[in-house]
Amino acid sequence: MNADVRAMKTPAEQALSAAFAAARGALPGKGAVGTLREDAFRRFDASGLPHRRIEEWKYTDLRALMREAKPLAEPAKTKGVVQGLSGVEASRVAIVNGRYEPDWSDFNAGDPGITLTELFAFAAEQTSYRLGDVPGKDDTAFWLNTAFMTGGVVVRVKKGVCVEKPVQLAHIFASAAAAAMYPRCVVIVEAGARLTLIESFDGPDGIDYQVNSAIELVIGEGALVDHIKIGRDGDAALRVSTLGVTVDAKANYRDFAFTTGGAVVRNQTFVRFGREGTEATISGATLIKNRQHVDNTLVIEHAAGGCTSRERFRSVLDDESHGIFQGKIVVEPHAQKTDAKMASHALLLSDEAESDNKPELEIFADDVQCGHGATAGALDNTLKFYLMSRGIPEDQAEALLIQAFVGEAIEDVAHEGVREALLQASVKWLDARA
Amino acid sequence: MAFLEVKNLHVEVEDKKILNGLTLSVEKGQVAAIMGPNGSGKSTLAYVLAGKDNYKVTEGDVLLDGESILEMAPDERAAKGVFLAFQYPVEVPGVATMTFLRTALNAQRKTRGEAEFSTPEFMKLVRETSKHLGIDQEMLRRAVNVGFSGGEKKRNEILQMAVLQPRLAVLDETDSGLDIDALKIVAEGVNRLRSPERSMIVITHYQRLLNFIVPDVVHVMAKGKVVKSGGKELALQLEAKGYAQFADEAA
Repeated sequence: MNADVRAMKTPAEQALSAAFAAARGALPGKGAVGTLREDAFRRFDASGLPHRRIEEWKYTDLRALMREAKPLAEPAKTKGVVQGLSGVEASRVAIVNGRYEPDWSDFNAGDPGITLTELFAFAAEQTSYRLGDVPGKDDTAFWLNTAFMTGGVVVRVKKGVCVEKPVQLAHIFASAAAAAMYPRCVVIVEAGARLTLIESFDGPDGIDYQVNSAIELVIGEGALVDHIKIGRDGDAALRVSTLGVTVDAKANYRDFAFTTGGAVVRNQTFVRFGREGTEATISGATLIKNRQHVDNTLVIEHAAGGCTSRERFRSVLDDESHGIFQGKIVVEPHAQKTDAKMASHALLLSDEAESDNKPELEIFADDVQCGHGATAGALDNTLKFYLMSRGIPEDQAEALLIQAFVGEAIEDVAHEGVREALLQASVKWLDARA
Repeated sequence: MAFLEVKNLHVEVEDKKILNGLTLSVEKGQVAAIMGPNGSGKSTLAYVLAGKDNYKVTEGDVLLDGESILEMAPDERAAKGVFLAFQYPVEVPGVATMTFLRTALNAQRKTRGEAEFSTPEFMKLVRETSKHLGIDQEMLRRAVNVGFSGGEKKRNEILQMAVLQPRLAVLDETDSGLDIDALKIVAEGVNRLRSPERSMIVITHYQRLLNFIVPDVVHVMAKGKVVKSGGKELALQLEAKGYAQFADEAA
């Protein structure tokens, strides 16, 4: 039988088709970018929104979760402010409703070693960089981003340049009515350069806006990159963020995803270690409540030998929230001496909270060290009793233990100011719970 | 009335009866040793005094300074002055010992309506106390008991006791797992805390600890109750003859 396996289009899929048909001529970027869009949309259109029978999207059934596709967000009409991280000085780049807004930004390019270019200006000038050719390029959500991308920036740190002040890419939804935004950014850190990159997502509560963002991160030989992604979206937001990372030899790469906001969030990270000797830590902390749904999905490809990667995620799940961790480590046949360890721990604060952990190892080399571990459970009563027996009231004992659980994850953040800000944010989350 | 009055206490754990009409009085300032064979209910008594859940009191009462504590949560009991030095101190990952001590002390003081300690006052108190116990600054910065040796964990229990200054300290097999040097440090720490204002219950299986912490009275437990009480010489008698002689008395 040669049945069409493709189910009938959902209203959201139909709306996306209509939106693309209406916008294709007006979307920015000509020539190659236009071709890229058409191609990406064709691929999306053939597969539709990912759903639970697509293994990679098993726990985040976008077809069910995304009931409708919101119209493309218009550029912001009035100037607003970028919310930073308390106590952290950063060069702020505002990407509002999916477009770079220089007026909102305070990118301080005092250092000639770092440049900032608008995405489509970069694409027009620069032909050697192939936009969209990153790990994760075969993902449906990424295709959608490519089809609709409305703007963003390209940050480039030149060879050997050490950028002291973190760069913050601040994604902001600033509209009174729900809409969808599709920012795309590229960050290139050349050989031996150093950068702390903060990425933040902010938007108002009560508006069911949609974000499909993507970042292409290219890390050069011997470069040092700290990427910290802070998800503080409004409580009705749906966000899918794709991060595609290409890592060269002997680099040092740390990635941390901190998520407290949004109704439905998926952080999907695709990393490829293309040459030997890199060390990477990919980690995160999620604190959610009510009916929030947060999915951290990783695909880590060890395509070259002698790389060390650590993947560790912790989540605190209250009320009826749902936390998901999927981590896949692929070790290619010639990637000998790979050392990869993955761990995921969930703390369930209510009987209704749900945690799904899916670690996967695909190992094709024989001389490797790989492992994974996952736990999900309630607060340890023995610990709680110990604290209470010392005079600490129950709620305070719980808060202290939760804080400790999250704090151990946040330890992975190298930048002291950012680490402190995240600890404060987790305390704030706990205080709001009490 | 004695400072601690345990009256005809019956306790079940998971439907199994462990304490079987235990009656015990500890005077203010008194150090009472509780000895007994394994399974006699010594640790259960310790946990019931501290307020651990899933220990079901089916009969009897526990009065501290004339007030029943059985309905109180563990933290309320602690604020009233009850302290349990655990047989197996718990590791608390991610919580620095200093933070733990400070949170506990100030929480107790707050419950009692006392002013919280300032940081310099608190640091001074901990520094002086820890010095005697051979606990260095590095240990205080580490997470509570994480990676500590058995001896370090027990010393940390005594440090907590010294900082929290309880009115009733219950030491549950504090000697278990300690070599003689560690035992001496711990015993000295406990002896330094002996005071006319502080009662202590020293639970032990062996007489050895009582050479270092000399009790005022010795109670022998068997099958969930006190079967014999006497002076410190009772401990020596037990050491010589064993617990078998009391098995019948409890029956």
